[in-house]
Amino acid sequence: MDLDLTRDQKILFNSAKEFLKKECSTSLLREMKDDANGYPPKMWKKMAELGWPGVMIPEEFGGMAGNFIDLVLLLEAMGEVNCPGPFFSTVVLGALPVMNAGTPEQKKEILPKIADGAMIMAYAMNEAGIHYDASFVAMPAKADGDAYILNGTKLFVENAHIADLILCVARTEGVPGSKDGLTLFMVDGKSKGVRTSMLTTLAFDKQCEVVFDDARVDKDRILGRPGKAFEIIETLTEQAALAKCAEMVGSAQRAFDQTVAYAKERKQFDKPIGSFQAIQHHMANMIMDMDGARFMTYRAAWEMTRDLPSASMSASMAKAWTGNATHKIALLAHQIHGAIAFCEELDLHLHYRRTKAGSLSFGDEDYHLEKVARHLGL
Amino acid sequence: MNFSFTTEQEAFRTEVREFMEKEVPSRWRELGYGIWEEDDESWELTSQWVKKLGQKGWLSLTWPKEFGGQERSHIYQLILDEETARVGTPSGIESMITIGWVCPTIMVFGSPEQKETILPKASKGELIFCLGYSEPGAGSDLASVTTTAVEEGDEFILNGQKVWTTIAHRADYCWLVARTDLDAPKHKGLSMFIVDMKTPGIKINPLTNILGFHSFNEVFFDNVRIPRKNLVGQKNLGWYQLAMALDHERSGVGSPAAMDRMLHELIRYCKTTRRDGKFLADDPSVRKRIARLAVEKDVLRMICYRVTSVQEKGGVPNYEASTAKVFTTELMDRFANTVLDILGPYGQLDRNSRLAPFNGLFVRQFLHSPSSVGGGTSEIQRNIIAMRGLGLPRG
Ligand SMILES: Cc1cc2nc3c(=O)[nH]c(=O)nc-3n(C[C@H](O)[C@H](O)[C@H](O)COP(=O)(O)OP(=O)(O)OC[C@H]3O[C@@H](n4cnc5c(N)ncnc54)[C@H](O)[C@@H]3O)c2cc1C
Repeated sequence: MDLDLTRDQKILFNSAKEFLKKECSTSLLREMKDDANGYPPKMWKKMAELGWPGVMIPEEFGGMAGNFIDLVLLLEAMGEVNCPGPFFSTVVLGALPVMNAGTPEQKKEILPKIADGAMIMAYAMNEAGIHYDASFVAMPAKADGDAYILNGTKLFVENAHIADLILCVARTEGVPGSKDGLTLFMVDGKSKGVRTSMLTTLAFDKQCEVVFDDARVDKDRILGRPGKAFEIIETLTEQAALAKCAEMVGSAQRAFDQTVAYAKERKQFDKPIGSFQAIQHHMANMIMDMDGARFMTYRAAWEMTRDLPSASMSASMAKAWTGNATHKIALLAHQIHGAIAFCEELDLHLHYRRTKAGSLSFGDEDYHLEKVARHLGL
Repeated sequence: MNFSFTTEQEAFRTEVREFMEKEVPSRWRELGYGIWEEDDESWELTSQWVKKLGQKGWLSLTWPKEFGGQERSHIYQLILDEETARVGTPSGIESMITIGWVCPTIMVFGSPEQKETILPKASKGELIFCLGYSEPGAGSDLASVTTTAVEEGDEFILNGQKVWTTIAHRADYCWLVARTDLDAPKHKGLSMFIVDMKTPGIKINPLTNILGFHSFNEVFFDNVRIPRKNLVGQKNLGWYQLAMALDHERSGVGSPAAMDRMLHELIRYCKTTRRDGKFLADDPSVRKRIARLAVEKDVLRMICYRVTSVQEKGGVPNYEASTAKVFTTELMDRFANTVLDILGPYGQLDRNSRLAPFNGLFVRQFLHSPSSVGGGTSEIQRNIIAMRGLGLPRG
């Protein structure tokens, strides 16, 4: 047992932080907030040159053949700077399900493009009336000769507006509430009958509403078997939930570090505010939440790399804890900074936004506690 | 990064588990979950048990060979602690004090003679210390103790009073802090002593704790003569030795395993017990509360593993040990309180009462919660985390 990063992991993590420090400044974040695309293609290209989008993609498809821990470390580094862009939706929500459920042909078609940074993906599951549970997907896909016709509206689809390929969950059989009958379609993001519009969100991420209006998808553009997507979605949700934890850990860590520095420097009543016990105890609580979130996340990632059966529960445990823990850290960071942190100019609110948005994605605390309860045999 | 144990470590775990399951006295199980029982019978069982562990060499697992130890790594200690906690064995605070706190300090600061007389016997469970730190006027502010030890020839003459001294009435020795320089600033005039509890002039006055047991005491010292050879380390450097030694203090890294066991039984209970027309396990709020405990228990486990991981690399846990202590005690509070809530009116039923779920285990746990002030309150631990861990300035 050894909870430290290995040498290689440290190198990856530190070089990622170096890179992001240079490439992803806070002024860039502010620019991107109002940018139509929401990310600088130049940065994405450089990331691709470093091999990031292919972090987990096998070498035969041009990837780095890393494992989930490597992915987590990249996401943590990106979380620290609240990095915008298509990484999460393309790599976590795109490459992973293709690796998991794609045919050899599909892998050959898609994975090298992702690894190259030449393909951006998005994942469309949620719709009106769904909290987190994919079995309530209602959107119909009707067979029509060699194709399916998709009709309906998807919500919270990050990066749909720039996606080359959208993984869309639709119902080919059964009724909402049933796990059977769900199918994962690979829809060309630029195809006729797909319209996106931007939602305005807490964390300035580019989440879209996507309307499928008689969108035609060929029958061979299906990931996994028709009607049998639920398991793929379950795995994807688990991986995505854990990946979000990594982002939140990074984001909260930066807020925490800034707060430690500020508490040592800011003086009131002729003393650094960090010498006041009320502040010290807040910070002691913050580091407990921080360490808990980090090592719960690492453990689940480590278990995933080993395909351990416990990974599923560990991921839910990590998500149930990390959302709340990192929110508390970000909120206390604000409190300890006083009014200055309420200024748009300071970055703290970005962390406050990101951690909460993360906690609401891919299952909130309640959702994952219920999963834990089931794992416990309740 | 690695969260697993080696094959040898797993084999050790199996060995420990089998030993525990076979050897825990049946009478101990009959008494219920008596982890904190402190009557004569449980004391007797506990002493025998600790000696048994001593014979196996399991009290001194990580000690250097020269002191009778096995020089095993801290992971082995973690495994031992986990398996002990999982089974709920009779060992408790007494071996924690002697083995976990006092002996490591003697190893660092003790004289060759002290090492020789104390360590081998302690490692066999044949010698028990109590801790003479707190006084009526000195709790969290330990450096303000007023018990004095005045040098006179080859002896120190001890006068004063200690309080909350756990198992003083059973201990062979007291590990004691006293003031040896009245004029020095308060941290600079303290020394540490090994005091034989049979020395004339020591009077012990029992105190009853809120569980109804006689566990701690007032101890009065009236011109008690301590031979000079029982001074530990250097005179007037006691505070610094103490502070250094506390870093080595072993936190209860096994407690998540105890919680595993409790959760397991709680879940079984909820799956078989109907309330208001349905099984407790089907009540969404019960499910959520239990799941949350399970999550927090694993967060604690990660925090404890972190402590061990730091030690394993030869480091000295700094804020990590305090984090573990705060988290353990506060989670134990939440744990017991949550279970009593889930049990509803049945949550009140104490041990040996008809219908008491788990024979009152969680009532005992609930009553035990306020004892978390022992070993440094949560406020003091948070001070330590902030100042030593995060480098925040002193207030
Ligand atoms: C079950 C049990 C067993 C014990 N066994 C032993 C033993 O064997 N030997 C021994 O010597 N002692 C023992 N103790 C005593 C224990 O070490 C003290 O209780 C502890 O150090 C706190 O001291 P106090 O009780 O005097 O509380 P106080 O120090 O008076 O504290 C009262 C309150 O004030 C707070 N406070 C004090 N100072 C600060 C500060 N600087 N910042 C913030 N808050 C502060 C505390 O956190 C607490 O909430 C035991 C206690 C218990 C409960």
